[in-house]
Amino acid sequence: MGPISSAFSRLYGAKGWAALGAAACVIFVVFPLLNLVVPASSPFHVSAYWVTLIGKIMCYAIVALAMDLIWGYAGILSLGHGLFFALGGYAFGMYLMRQIGSDGQYRQNMPDFMVFLDWKAFPWQWWSSDSFWWCAMLVVVVPGLLAFVFGYFAFRSRVKGVYFSIITQALTYAAMLLFFRNATGFGGNNGFTDFRRILDIPIATPQARMTLFAVSGSVLIGTLLLARWIVTSKFGRVLAAIRDAEQRVMFCGYNTVHYKLFVWTLSAVLCGIAGALYVPQVGIINPSEMSPANSIEIAIWVAVGGRGTLTGAIVGAGLVNGAKSFLTQAFPEFWLYFLGLVFILVTLFLPQGVIGALGQVRDKLRVRKLMRAPLGKAS
Amino acid sequence: MAASFLFMRTLLTALTFVLGLLASAALAQDAKTVEKLAFGESDEKVEAVAALVAAGDEKSTALLQALADGELYTAGKRVLIVRGENVVDAATGVKVAPLPEDREEITVNNRLRRELGAALAALKLVSPERAARFAAARELAGGAEPAMLPLVKKALAKETDSAIKPLLEQITAALELKTGDGEARLAAVRKLAASHNPGTKTLLLSFLEAEKDEGLRIEAQRSLREIENRLAWSERAGIVFTSISLGSILLLAALGLAITYGLMGVINMAHGELIMIGAYTTYVVQNLFRGHALGAFDWYPVCAVPAAFVVAALVGMALERSVIRWLYGRPLETLLATWGISLMLIQSVRTIFGAANVQVENPVWMSGGVEVLANVVLPWSRIIIIFFAAAVLAGMWLLLTRTRLGLFVRGVTQNRSMASCVGVPTARVDTLAFGLGSGTAGLAGCALSQIGNVGPDLGQAYIVDSFMVVVLGGVGQLAGTVYAALGLGFANKLLEAWQGAVLAKIAVLVFIIIFIQRRPQGMFALKGRAVEG
Repeated sequence: MGPISSAFSRLYGAKGWAALGAAACVIFVVFPLLNLVVPASSPFHVSAYWVTLIGKIMCYAIVALAMDLIWGYAGILSLGHGLFFALGGYAFGMYLMRQIGSDGQYRQNMPDFMVFLDWKAFPWQWWSSDSFWWCAMLVVVVPGLLAFVFGYFAFRSRVKGVYFSIITQALTYAAMLLFFRNATGFGGNNGFTDFRRILDIPIATPQARMTLFAVSGSVLIGTLLLARWIVTSKFGRVLAAIRDAEQRVMFCGYNTVHYKLFVWTLSAVLCGIAGALYVPQVGIINPSEMSPANSIEIAIWVAVGGRGTLTGAIVGAGLVNGAKSFLTQAFPEFWLYFLGLVFILVTLFLPQGVIGALGQVRDKLRVRKLMRAPLGKAS
Repeated sequence: MAASFLFMRTLLTALTFVLGLLASAALAQDAKTVEKLAFGESDEKVEAVAALVAAGDEKSTALLQALADGELYTAGKRVLIVRGENVVDAATGVKVAPLPEDREEITVNNRLRRELGAALAALKLVSPERAARFAAARELAGGAEPAMLPLVKKALAKETDSAIKPLLEQITAALELKTGDGEARLAAVRKLAASHNPGTKTLLLSFLEAEKDEGLRIEAQRSLREIENRLAWSERAGIVFTSISLGSILLLAALGLAITYGLMGVINMAHGELIMIGAYTTYVVQNLFRGHALGAFDWYPVCAVPAAFVVAALVGMALERSVIRWLYGRPLETLLATWGISLMLIQSVRTIFGAANVQVENPVWMSGGVEVLANVVLPWSRIIIIFFAAAVLAGMWLLLTRTRLGLFVRGVTQNRSMASCVGVPTARVDTLAFGLGSGTAGLAGCALSQIGNVGPDLGQAYIVDSFMVVVLGGVGQLAGTVYAALGLGFANKLLEAWQGAVLAKIAVLVFIIIFIQRRPQGMFALKGRAVEG
């Protein structure tokens, strides 16, 4: 085995790789088969609703992983990750809007909202937005650059803890106000919607939906492996040390700014990619994605699953969003009670999250087994 | 009894008859005009309106009003005013019954409608009621038609009220500027210099463009400068007032936070919802007064202020005892848990009071405003809130510096374990201090209910702002909070006058973000070892 593959295989044990393989199998084989091949009349058929829902949750899971990297491992709670997510979504949304072509309501070669606002030409932000690759680059660069600049100044002047959280919240709030304006050039209140095509392929077909689903799945798995690689490396250890005792790490001669800045920017980029995958699946992006409430919700996904455990982030995103789509349909008035209660109960009683709690239960069981076993055989 | 009733009825009938005769006499005079108004072409109709205005008879108001309201009909040769069941011949004033079947509504096009609006305003100038005259004069000061000049002059000659008379002089001057000869225009230009009206400025500007006479131009420019100066001053005064007003609101919203966050270090994301609870308490108190003590309705704030404080403080103390207590020293967890609390509070209020905004009515003494300068009306509600904020601030300061509880709070803030060692009941002090902060939020809600919408999302709008105030002012400092609130108020309003509300808000947020990077501890940092947490 070469050094790369050995570094790769080191990430998980046999059981971990098996679980990951099973997950990949479900995403890439079982789901497409059940959705595309099994007829709609069969009880095993997976409907478009479920494909979109799971695809959406996988995007959220990528965001949760990004949040876990910065909060669970570096101890920096960002209340502005919704901003990076939305920026990625908007960057890709521009491309999707251009792909509508002249099929909009006004039958003009311009997004409907621009025709409505009586604009004659595209504003500068839209330069080259009809190119897929340019927009795909913006998806990475815009959130990354914003995070880098913001993080550089924040970390350099040692803004940390709650202060950092509050100013990230102010940042996303300011951005939300900015995007609500029509003059900003991104559709104001309504944002982007009514997408038709992506790479000239109609977006509403089962095949296109499944492709987006599979792409989200592979990005999720890729993000998980990347994050795992980071946190098991020496870099990841330094991050954890910064989280636990930043001053000591500094006195040991590490420049903590570089570490924090790298993981912060990476986290923002991952969010941007997740946003770009989210928008074509859900079919809409508007400034409410940047509301402070959305960003705080991201934190609770991670807290529910368990901070500092990457699987926990994915589990948490799945649990909370699954509950959300169930409750907002079945008992809409109870959703906020439930979410609020989750916030309180998790912080009070499950500081390690679901994964941590399961680990504790397992440890307890193991100890009990050891206690019961006859003395000499215990070890 | 029956006889006197009969007598009254006879008397009334007679009176009605006489009045009817009088009215018909008045109306009969302008039968020709009425005919023109009803059957004429668009131009003739406009002429007729102008003629009625020039005649300046207040009684034409009914006719013009009917035309404007679409109550004027033609039936054959006759013109009828149809008001529900009541049908009157417009020319003779005689009652018509039954309603003719072949009647047709007189259509009013946009041009005529505009003329009618101005004409009705002009006719109100000769109304016997002062309020109506004042309103009409103010409206016409914005722009009057030359045809109204005779009427305005007539009104001016009769007018004695000191507030209305200068306005009428203004209108006359403006009209003479348009139509008069050289002398009259020069006098008009000089007179206009005393105007407070922004409309006069545009009038003079357009006059300057068209006028050739050099002497008149110089005079007009001088008048223009005078008006501009005066307008600029009143505009500035207006901005200063709204800035202070916004500052006082921010201060109220942030004062509670200055205690819970600044002094105790608790990130209370539910602070906005405590403000909302205060506002809803005010709403409930208002409803109780309306239901049970309508006579004392104007004094409901006297009850609502302490009620809002107590309710919000109790909710806050319950939260502290049940949730926040277990999270001291873990600020990020506190943040998440209190966010959860805020979500539950919002949903509870939605369940109890509904998702829509509720109506909180101002008492009489808080509605209306004082006009200090032209165009600058200071609403009483905002003036009172400024004083209210100052009073709350003073109370808070006294409580923190002059009472035993304040001493304990400061002691626990500075050194918790040492305070505990010398016998300060730290747990109880925490609860009380949190209750104090929450109660102050309730007071803010009570104040906000008087000037804005009260709805379940009220608190969300203030949470970012109030955190900005506390963070900017520096933690643990009341003075810092005051400076930050006023500073943000001014920054917001000054930028707003320049760039619009949304951009101003964004600019202020960006400024704060940059400021915190430069001075992470806020404007007024605590010095010494306490800083590094």
